[in-house]
Amino acid sequence: MASITSMVFYVLIFLSVYVQVFFLVTFFENRRKIIIKNRKTKLAKYPTITVIVSCWNEDKTICKTIRSLLDLDYPKEKLKIFLVDDGSTDNTWYLMKHFEKQSNIFIFHKENGGKHTAINLGLQHVETEFVACLDADSFVHPQALNRMMQCFLENKDIMAVIPATIIYNPKNFAQSIQRIEYFGSIFIKKMLSFLNGLHVTPGTLPIYRREVFDRLGGFRKAHNTEDGEIALRMHQHNLRIDYCHNAYVYTVSPDSLYKLYKQRLRWYYGFIKNLIDYKHLLLKPKFGVFSLLTLPSGVISILGIVFLFLIFVSKFIDFFVKEIIKIQAVGINGALHLFKFDWFYFNIKSISLILIGCFFLVVFTILVGRKIVENRFQPSFYIIFYIITYSIIAPVWFLKAVYNVIVSERPSWR
Amino acid sequence: MTPQNDWKKYVIVFFITATLFASAFYFTNYFYNNKINQLKNIQDNISIDILSSETQFSLFQELSCKDVNNSVLSQEINNIADKINYSEKNFATDNTDIRYLKKYYSLLEIKDYLLMKKINERCGTKNLFILYMYSPDPTCTDCVKQEYVLSVLREKYPPLRIYSFDYNLDLSAVKALISIYKIPLSVPVMVIDGKNYSGFKTIEEVENILPQLKDSLKLQEKTLDIKPTIKSTQ
Repeated sequence: MASITSMVFYVLIFLSVYVQVFFLVTFFENRRKIIIKNRKTKLAKYPTITVIVSCWNEDKTICKTIRSLLDLDYPKEKLKIFLVDDGSTDNTWYLMKHFEKQSNIFIFHKENGGKHTAINLGLQHVETEFVACLDADSFVHPQALNRMMQCFLENKDIMAVIPATIIYNPKNFAQSIQRIEYFGSIFIKKMLSFLNGLHVTPGTLPIYRREVFDRLGGFRKAHNTEDGEIALRMHQHNLRIDYCHNAYVYTVSPDSLYKLYKQRLRWYYGFIKNLIDYKHLLLKPKFGVFSLLTLPSGVISILGIVFLFLIFVSKFIDFFVKEIIKIQAVGINGALHLFKFDWFYFNIKSISLILIGCFFLVVFTILVGRKIVENRFQPSFYIIFYIITYSIIAPVWFLKAVYNVIVSERPSWR
Repeated sequence: MTPQNDWKKYVIVFFITATLFASAFYFTNYFYNNKINQLKNIQDNISIDILSSETQFSLFQELSCKDVNNSVLSQEINNIADKINYSEKNFATDNTDIRYLKKYYSLLEIKDYLLMKKINERCGTKNLFILYMYSPDPTCTDCVKQEYVLSVLREKYPPLRIYSFDYNLDLSAVKALISIYKIPLSVPVMVIDGKNYSGFKTIEEVENILPQLKDSLKLQEKTLDIKPTIKSTQ
């Protein structure tokens, strides 16, 4: 039994390291293509675009979100903003009405039916060449739209572009460690975009050619992760998603570890459920890296982290039981007296060395992500806090997500 | 547009990952061998110590005991037991090296035990002995507890010499010891003054079985008290 456990463990670790090395090799192949632009971007032409903002009880952030859209450095006549209230019970609708007089803002109200129904309502009225979606708790950098549209103009094959999401104004510990996590995510998404393997078009201003919806239809109810489902559907039809690392969208993040847990539970529950729905995309060479690397790495991450966590817990329990036995045998004083430091007992196992290697790779991805966003390659203590905290809490949401999938219990949105 | 797969890259990444794993295994093996060599060196030192003591004992038995008494058998003999047990539990799955070391160590222990007994008889020294039989099986919780108790006793009473043996060790000398003292299978078992004590015994229980332990401590305290007096008179 023990040997089977170690074998499974080593296979999972090998696959996890394989994925990390794949990203690293991709980085060294493409590093010259990662150009950090801080200046204003002028486009040869400005295609028409509609940004759909779906809102449900977002009265705290909606005004700031709309203002950030109005501040976009994009011709007003080319940009339409659809504000869709999905049956909010707070002041969201009244706040939206304040912007009604703006010539390019259109507001809609409907019964609550979920985020996908709100976006689909907006889609029904879209007449522009491009469509973007924005969560009402996210704020757009003035140059974001120009830089993303540049990607479309440079490559006709690109059907959707997603921006770099950054945590907005992190105020506490939970938000500060998420900021670090998002830096790492920027690196991974950039590498996945080089490989045509992006697996999600998050609600922070993904832009689609309208043709995508003409061909695939609108958003579907997809286990509260509609942005993941649409990406899966796009890959199913071999529609390319690109990543614009220079286009920044700031998002309000969960301000406590519990809220973070709730958010991630929803994300990973949705990921697993969507993966089950689209299992035919797994390990099919015709779908490229997305099928051979992105989706399997998601599965490996969930299994690997859960497995590592369970092994760690069993080791900890083992240690704890031994200490209790020691105290039972010789008392606390005796137990303290028995402790002696000797380098001999410092056990260097191969797996420890590999995990240390993984740690440095994670730190590297975070630093490169930060370099892309802030143009500085500077370490932070929060990297350590992020790794420690996520090592403890991430397995919990992964385990709970797997459990929820097994018992078919859908987590709530908030 | 159908995506193209860069198979060459998949293979290259596989080899890089495999190389990383192989390097990690190589370093682990290197550290493991280092530790095994460390244990071998300690055992060799013990072996030399014992041989030296035996020779010293033979040389002096015609004359005086006082120098023999001071010939310190390597103190490492106690520590090495812990290290071998630790290695057995934590190192590579193939424990051939460690099993060999364990056999060698058990033989050294028996030699040390016999020599110390001779010294006690011939010179009237007060070394106290416990032969301890255990099982390395982690389900033997009493064995684990007993090891902690004996470690504390060893620290507390320096004249106490504890010789621990794996009951299931495939070594004729250990089997002979089991047969001579009629040691039952129900480990942990301690042999004190020729008597068997089965099951877990607390510090107090061992102290009661071996009352000379406390006397040895008093004797040691007296010796320590005398030393400064002598110095001050000088």
